[in-house]
Amino acid sequence: MDFHGSDKVDDNADAAWERRDPRPHLVVIGNGMAGCRAVEELLARDPGRYRITIFGAEPHVNYNRIMLSPVLAGEKTFAEIVINDTAWYADNGITLVAGDAVTAIDRAQKIVTAASGRVLAYDRLLIATGSNPFIIPVPGHDLPGVIGFRDLADVDRMLAAADKGGAAVVIGGGLLGLEAAHGLSLRGMRVTVLHLMPTLMERQLDEAAGWLLKQELERRGQTILTGADTAEIVGSDAVEGVRLKDGTLIPASLVVMAVGIRPNVALAREAGLAVGRGIQVDDDMVTSDPAILAVGECVEHRGQVYGLVAPLWEMCRALADGLAGSPSGYRGSVTSTKLKVSGIDVFSAGDFSGGEGAEDIVLRDASRGIYKRVVVRDDRIVGAVLYGDTADGGWYFDMLRKQEDVADLRDLLIFGQAFAAGGGAADPLSAVAALSDDAEICGCNGVSKAKVVACISGGAHSLDAVRGGCKASASCGSCTGLVENLLALALGDAVEAGPKTICRCTSFGHDDVRREIVAQGMRSIPEVMQKLHWTTPDGCSSCRPALNYYLLCALPGDYADDQQSRFVNERMHANIQKDGTYSVVPRMWGGITNPRELRAIADVVEKYDAPMVKVTGGQRLDIFGIRKEDLPAVWADLNAAGMVSGHAYGKSLRTVKTCVGSEWCRFGTQDSTGLGVRIERMTWGSWMPHKFKIAVSGCPRNCAEATIKDFGVVCVDSGYELHVGGNGGIKVRATDLLCRVSTEQEALDHVAAFIQLYREEARYLERTAPWIERVGIGYIRQRIAQDAVGREALRARFLFSQSFSQDDPWAARAAGADRDLHAPVGAFKPRQMEEMA
Amino acid sequence: MIGDWLDIGRVEEIPLRGSRTIPVEGGEEIAVFRTGDNRVFALLNQCPHKKGPLSQGIIHGHSVACPLHNWSIALATGEAQGDDKGCTPTIPVRVDGGRVLLCRAGTLKAAA
Repeated sequence: MDFHGSDKVDDNADAAWERRDPRPHLVVIGNGMAGCRAVEELLARDPGRYRITIFGAEPHVNYNRIMLSPVLAGEKTFAEIVINDTAWYADNGITLVAGDAVTAIDRAQKIVTAASGRVLAYDRLLIATGSNPFIIPVPGHDLPGVIGFRDLADVDRMLAAADKGGAAVVIGGGLLGLEAAHGLSLRGMRVTVLHLMPTLMERQLDEAAGWLLKQELERRGQTILTGADTAEIVGSDAVEGVRLKDGTLIPASLVVMAVGIRPNVALAREAGLAVGRGIQVDDDMVTSDPAILAVGECVEHRGQVYGLVAPLWEMCRALADGLAGSPSGYRGSVTSTKLKVSGIDVFSAGDFSGGEGAEDIVLRDASRGIYKRVVVRDDRIVGAVLYGDTADGGWYFDMLRKQEDVADLRDLLIFGQAFAAGGGAADPLSAVAALSDDAEICGCNGVSKAKVVACISGGAHSLDAVRGGCKASASCGSCTGLVENLLALALGDAVEAGPKTICRCTSFGHDDVRREIVAQGMRSIPEVMQKLHWTTPDGCSSCRPALNYYLLCALPGDYADDQQSRFVNERMHANIQKDGTYSVVPRMWGGITNPRELRAIADVVEKYDAPMVKVTGGQRLDIFGIRKEDLPAVWADLNAAGMVSGHAYGKSLRTVKTCVGSEWCRFGTQDSTGLGVRIERMTWGSWMPHKFKIAVSGCPRNCAEATIKDFGVVCVDSGYELHVGGNGGIKVRATDLLCRVSTEQEALDHVAAFIQLYREEARYLERTAPWIERVGIGYIRQRIAQDAVGREALRARFLFSQSFSQDDPWAARAAGADRDLHAPVGAFKPRQMEEMA
Repeated sequence: MIGDWLDIGRVEEIPLRGSRTIPVEGGEEIAVFRTGDNRVFALLNQCPHKKGPLSQGIIHGHSVACPLHNWSIALATGEAQGDDKGCTPTIPVRVDGGRVLLCRAGTLKAAA
């Protein structure tokens, strides 16, 4: 995604271009959120008015800086936070000069000069240089290992440090510092946060919410020191630690300075523009030079400097209105804050310092960890702090900005919009309908309700289409419910379902969840539910088994299988029957058995009084009517005769059915039984999206019925025909021919590769037949038959995974594992009036 | 302990989101559930639909999905949820000092 501007300085080309294009030239200094947003707003109003060149100091396209925290935490990739890719610049005729910072502005000649020596003339100049992290000038602040948290390069430096492990100190317990600390902690570093003030995030939170936050972060393993004043950063060649003024020394190999930001005004000051704390601008974002505008964190407007994203969106709107010839004027912003630390919901807006005439309305629910405080003055909300439940943040913030009279709502205000709007019966649709047009729906991407509605009426009729169209809900997903309600409100039943979601606990489909598990390196079911905003505390009987499988598949040998997320049969390693007893099927390799095995089965049937033994369709014997308490003993007896679990109960390899082949049959062309046994030895024990059956027939007469199996081998004189995607169930489907191979080893390799492709790409509970109909046999042939390198990689991944899964689960249970799944916890004998644990 | 409450063991003997059973001599089996948020519930170990052993189901939130036909049963009330109709008897249960205590009278009544 990196995009480097040409190092070659070619003024003649620029001049030639200018002669061809008579439009005024708008030069933007800053390829960040403000600069690009301003251009986007301008293009939306008057796309052809200016010729546009954007200079960026960073060697990247425009990305969402506020999403750097999720990148650090491993919840997003860089590609996911890109706002405008190279195609956007090209499509809009914008010249991007990335990785080349502007170093001087000559206002008299109206030219800018960049670090590379490039000189460019402008008609209008927009300065959007943002801000720099403030590095407190203590001794040692310039040691290697001391960094700010501002751009992608800082994230890369933090990730490199985290790779080596060890300890990190974050100086600053504000929004940015806590997000940095959270990311580093998730990346495995021991993190200490030093905060000068007595409570965390004191500019956004009151004392009570700050305390709750501190408790939670400490519970997560971070050390939080408040009232901590840094004296010096110690180290000879690189950072070794931080010493506080009270003498405490905290060892660390990384120090992140996140005490605040300073508007980046150096360029403007040298050009002689009026500069206070920031570059001074009027309501149309024009500086003291009428040809030069400025926007974002680098500006000072009516004495205010902003460091949050929402004011920036509002400034860009006013700026674009002015540039497009119909000035509207920026009047300053009231800001709200959300902390992007997953699992901690914090919201604050406005002024909560109290003071004359201010009334506090407070709600605390200690057991749920909820604290809400709304500050009201003269019947108007002036501030709100929410911890634990921030659902009503947008509602309070909207009323605060509009200065609405809340006298009538006063008594119910603290219980939130649902209660205050009408008798406690929450109607999410009318709540969304009641939001004003400029209410913010998506905080990550600054999308208002009006924009979402416009996107929907412009033809976006599904959640995915809205995410693609206006970016609402496309980043963290926490506003998905609001967007869905807006869709329902606008379209009613005409809302198009996106890809089917896994279940009602999530707005994501199977493929999305799988992709995110791998991309974000998620390692447990609770982590997936947390990061993907599951709406239920611990899922349901649909999503839990699916997530368990996806994690198991993604992390072979590493993931701890969650027994409570297994369907009963896979948890009990037997098949539950209608009376609550179980049936037991020992494995018979390729359908071949011997007197010892048959004797052991007969003994089990008699010993445990099994009412029935039946030959299965998969060439094995099924023992019925075993009680769950007896299962471990039954397995011990079967193990003693050399038999292992047949996985007749699992979403896994079931049987490899064979005919007798060339060893006995006068028509047999190859050793189909031998090959069947070798395939079964290779594939048994593997967990899959659904059950998987294999058969090997020794000749085209196909006695093993290989052409209705998930994988079928039909032996012919010249070798082996490989078939896939057959099914003999409710809907009979004959296989598709995958390819022909000439040796047994090739047949084995193709089986392994095909199973792994199925394991990695089919959705949970999707058999091979519907999977192949969905993706097409052409795709399967391309991946397995035509791509030898890819096939080998799939085969290698399958065998690696198998190295962890070929332990007989029965043997472990017979030896006493998971005893509590089989034995009752106690017994109750009323007549003896006694019970035992 | 003999009294109104039967001590059936330590709460940790029931896995989180799991269940254990108590056979009742001369009566039906009881299932004791422990949810993800560490609450304990007891029901007759029978789904109101086809008597499936609820102790073997997947426990999510304060519900259990029956292992036979995936009916969802509310642990607090024994009621089938959604469009399904039916109710399984509940048995009063409490946790005291880490021990799970089952109501004697309730057990006898439900298991009879």
